[in-house]
Amino acid sequence: MKKFERFEGVVAPLDRANVDTDLIIPKQFLKSIKRTGFGVNLFDELRYLDEGQPGQDCSQRPLNPDFVLNQPRFKGAEVLLARRNFGCGSSREHAPWALEDFGFKVVIAPSFADIFYNNSFKNGILLITFPEDVVDRLFAEVAANDGYQLDVDLEHKRVITPSGEILEFEVDDFRKHCLLEGLDDIGLTLKDEDAIRAFEQKHKAARPWLFRQSA
Amino acid sequence: MSGQTLYDKLWNQHLVKQRDDGTALIYIDRQLLHEVTSPQAFEGLRLANRKPWRLDANLATPDHNVPTTIKERAEGNSGIKDPVSLIQVQTLDDNCLEYGIEEFKINDPRQGIVHVVGPEQGATLPGMTVVCGDSHTATHGAFGALAHGIGTSEVEHVMATQCLLAQKMKNMQVRVEGELGLGVTAKDVVLAIIGKIGTAGGTGYAIEFAGSAIASLSMEGRMTVCNMAIEAGARVGLIAVDDTTIDYLGKRPFAPTAEQWEAAVADWRNLVSDADAQFDKAVTLQAEEIEPQVSWGTSPEMVTGISGQVPDPFAALDETVQRSHTRALEYMGLQANQKITDIKLDKIFIGSCTNSRIEDLREAAKVAKGKKVADSIKLAMVVPGSGLVKRQAEAEGLDKIFIEAGFEWREPGCSMCLAMNADKLGAGEHCASTSNRNFEGRQGYGGRTHLVSPAMAAAAAIAGHFVDVRTLPANDATHAQEA
Repeated sequence: MKKFERFEGVVAPLDRANVDTDLIIPKQFLKSIKRTGFGVNLFDELRYLDEGQPGQDCSQRPLNPDFVLNQPRFKGAEVLLARRNFGCGSSREHAPWALEDFGFKVVIAPSFADIFYNNSFKNGILLITFPEDVVDRLFAEVAANDGYQLDVDLEHKRVITPSGEILEFEVDDFRKHCLLEGLDDIGLTLKDEDAIRAFEQKHKAARPWLFRQSA
Repeated sequence: MSGQTLYDKLWNQHLVKQRDDGTALIYIDRQLLHEVTSPQAFEGLRLANRKPWRLDANLATPDHNVPTTIKERAEGNSGIKDPVSLIQVQTLDDNCLEYGIEEFKINDPRQGIVHVVGPEQGATLPGMTVVCGDSHTATHGAFGALAHGIGTSEVEHVMATQCLLAQKMKNMQVRVEGELGLGVTAKDVVLAIIGKIGTAGGTGYAIEFAGSAIASLSMEGRMTVCNMAIEAGARVGLIAVDDTTIDYLGKRPFAPTAEQWEAAVADWRNLVSDADAQFDKAVTLQAEEIEPQVSWGTSPEMVTGISGQVPDPFAALDETVQRSHTRALEYMGLQANQKITDIKLDKIFIGSCTNSRIEDLREAAKVAKGKKVADSIKLAMVVPGSGLVKRQAEAEGLDKIFIEAGFEWREPGCSMCLAMNADKLGAGEHCASTSNRNFEGRQGYGGRTHLVSPAMAAAAAIAGHFVDVRTLPANDATHAQEA
């Protein structure tokens, strides 16, 4: 995983509540056995006017001109501004894979679904939760200013607006540390291998029926 | 000090290590695997030269991609016409073979939807932690197991370490008290709960379902309720262990054998919330107030009773709600204040991890018996949840009832719940579906899903539009609860 560094990025607004993971990446693209290449199909049903198929050359497909990510002013956006309960529904990690592959590093919303929240951090995407009124204000500022960018500073847990306003956010220390250092969870957990083995022995002695003789 | 909730007990029994930063390592007893969310996890193991920690904790079956017509399934994997789907199913087979993980392959009679297969085999037991790369893993909480959906990175993490990195959730209790009316099922109960608390109402919580109406449900009904906890935002749904739980488990292939059975049962009896346990949030519904439910919109919270009508978006005070309701009505092709019973259907889907078990099929068959699917219905299909459910239904003659009524009788899989295989809705088609999500495009590009119970779906198939199952003349389907 790449280290998460401070950056200034263009903000794209997606003004819709309860954006589900089916909408982020429709099911036909879940047939891939890879982790990459989902970016061209991010928000496929909103972004294109036809029905997408896996493996298709998307450069030939008709774009929906009304969709925010197709508008020139949001080209190269790295911050997605969204509404409440973003990422609800299916556990598909293809959703953060698609966001990351498209180029998003950060999503800001009043709330996120739990599984999506976990999946995003495991793929180097920072999710920032701000209160509804702050998100409302950001939507208004993005609408009013072409090329609106935010300065995202994870180390100090803050976002700085073009006018210099500092918006602080909360993220737990472990997730912050993993993102900043680009750490692999599995390697970290295996440092506790002895503790896991000790627990497993005790657990098996107490509840042997949870373990089968052989698979 | 107050007592522990069921969730607290399960958490404490599996806590390997609590870290200072608030995260914890939780030991995982069972991981269910399917073809869609596992290939990248196996690839990750391979690239890092890691081996699965404990093979016997894993059980795999292909379900999302498999075709459901009898002809295609007769050919095994080669019956999968879509080459991309075929690669995914073959990759699961190859990975399970390479690592030595038990798999019920496409034509194994035990194959089926992971959330039907696990409990059916006794591979889901009370007191277990159960994970799967699928959000409907909440289903298994019906057994007093701590079960939740995880992403693919976590699937790999569990395979490599037998643990999950987790943070403790908050406790929420949803009580449903009283007696359910005739014709009102577990599906209606959970849809009514989601309608009340909203799709984010349970975010950050483990929901324990309790109360006399929940206790009166069969294990299959309880699974239907827990299955949709995620549609209320909660990764975990739970129901306390009682006699119903224990009676269901006896003699299942993966359940404890004779010498361990008594000890296991004694242990399971503790899997209830203490009387003085404190919940962070509590909600109560009266069973008598719940009528058969129908979703009208594009989120499971957009649901109402069969006697209701499609809401007027501008009746909502919140602007975000007004916008999402307006957008939903436009997508669904419905009018504000339209009666639910006036919604006409094009397709009917009876299946999914929510409602494809034998009791669901019995309920639907009672309504369909001796009747005919309306001419206006283009396709009505019944997809059993597993090969064993299918066999049981055939032994009871349910397949004949469905076929004679004009339904298609299919082979097990996820099918039109998420339309990864050939079973899908066309643009603009309305479907009465016993599945769990009515998101835009979920059942096919431009498709319009209405979530209902199996009896309501069958009744809609016969009438061609929604009808109240409670009003069907001399229909013993209204006694489905006792089945």
